[in-house]
Amino acid sequence: MRSILWRKFKDRSALLVITVLAFLPALPLFHILYGIFRLGLPAFSWSFFTHLPTPPGEPNGGVGNAIVGTLMLSMLASALAIPVGILSGVYLSEYARGRFGEVVRVAADVLQGVPSIVLGIVGYLWLVKPMGHFSALSGAVALSLMMLPVIVRSTEEILRMLPYTLREASLSLGVNYWRTVIKVLIPTGLVGITTGILVALSRIMGETAPLLFTAFGNPFWNFNPLQPVDALPLTVFKYAISPYQDWIRQAWGASAVLTLMVLGLNLISRILARRLSGDGK
Amino acid sequence: MGNRETIVDPRGPIIFDIRNLWAYYGEKPAVKGVTCKIPEKRVTAVMGPSGCGKTTFIRCLNRLHELSPGARVEGEIFLRGKNILEIDPVVVRRRVGMVFQKPNPFPTMTIYDNVLAGYKLLGIKLRREEADRLVEEALRKAALWDEVKDSLHKRGTYLSGGQQQRLCIARALAVKPEVLLMDEPTSALDPKSTAKIEELVVELKKSVTIVIVTHNIAQAGRVSDYAAFFYLGELVEFGPTSQLFTVPRDKRTEEFLKGKFG
Repeated sequence: MRSILWRKFKDRSALLVITVLAFLPALPLFHILYGIFRLGLPAFSWSFFTHLPTPPGEPNGGVGNAIVGTLMLSMLASALAIPVGILSGVYLSEYARGRFGEVVRVAADVLQGVPSIVLGIVGYLWLVKPMGHFSALSGAVALSLMMLPVIVRSTEEILRMLPYTLREASLSLGVNYWRTVIKVLIPTGLVGITTGILVALSRIMGETAPLLFTAFGNPFWNFNPLQPVDALPLTVFKYAISPYQDWIRQAWGASAVLTLMVLGLNLISRILARRLSGDGK
Repeated sequence: MGNRETIVDPRGPIIFDIRNLWAYYGEKPAVKGVTCKIPEKRVTAVMGPSGCGKTTFIRCLNRLHELSPGARVEGEIFLRGKNILEIDPVVVRRRVGMVFQKPNPFPTMTIYDNVLAGYKLLGIKLRREEADRLVEEALRKAALWDEVKDSLHKRGTYLSGGQQQRLCIARALAVKPEVLLMDEPTSALDPKSTAKIEELVVELKKSVTIVIVTHNIAQAGRVSDYAAFFYLGELVEFGPTSQLFTVPRDKRTEEFLKGKFG
């Protein structure tokens, strides 16, 4: 009798320990979110979102140019990485047989492990140096190199998950393989592929290092991809290490904007992923 | 073996004339020197124990086999006198349709679009009335029209398994093939849906030649006019179903029909 109670006690305490430990990784996240929003949300105002930065001490400065820059960099990087990434993923899943496919796959995995600042150097060497000046485009190239492996591998995984019978259904109707890929496989895997793209996007939006010597930063409005451009992480970096109170306050604000963007993307990709798993109905 | 006396040529018009067909996976032959003639607008059942090469055999008839990694085909398959191994496989597959073991409607498409998939996926534009007519005709032929005519624009995957399989039959019929290959089309279905498909097979042979793989001997007996018995990659016996079932000429056919293996 006593031994049963003792075993029950051990069982319960094990559960308690596991539950507490499971919560532990979530704790820092909540702490960060709390800190960012507590210090960041008060910085939000109309001028914060729409105005250009002002010199320290001057009121009504904003990060409008950095928001525009981040959106521009994300879109340019997506425009570069999405087509190449999807096509490489299709190649790996559908056509790669033997050595070359293995090389591409390993290359994608290695690229994923390259430190982001090194990708910034690549952007510098490929574009900044030949062009002679910093530009949004060079930053987007560096960022797209970060997105690429994520999109390649997620597209490959998703297409591999699709049953072979789906390909057979199309092929047996006299549709060639390429059209089968475009018209059947990609539409069927679209939700999953989109999820991979959003994950890649949320990874790059907060990146500072690849932009330091590519997009560089720019305190003015710029909509030209061939000119330097500001970005939220750059603003955070620049303002946070400054000695000025209102710049530091704005750094928190910019962090909050960035966090909300990334959280939003994560949320959308989760909803899509749920739709993906619930699509069997 | 497959000696001549056990392979009986069918009477009437022939659609497929198959000569010394070999199909390989890598170095391993799955179909070994098959020679036979398939009669037009009849149902030919292909039987045999698991792994005997029957599925590989019919997948040669629309050149789907060669898509498997390392797969290879040797020999000749004449479709109305033309060797299909020398024609573009895409053209062959328009003439020789296929229905698979598990129903595989396109999950992103509606019932309507599934039926027209053979046109839509190839980018062939149809006029509205023509498309409507094709859909109704194919669904009627597949005995599915009455059940789905009010839900044509719902996803094909909402249908039951048996309905999905008939949808796949409609999809194959919509491109007006000369031959319909069926690879154990009822093995994933319940008895009621199976009976429906079997009725349909008998009905369809008025307009299209059917080659059906089945490991269900009773089903072969119910639906087929001619039957082929495969064993270890060889075509052991081929002839009218009534004859093959009552007086099999090869001992292995007899044993298979008695349920000694399979």
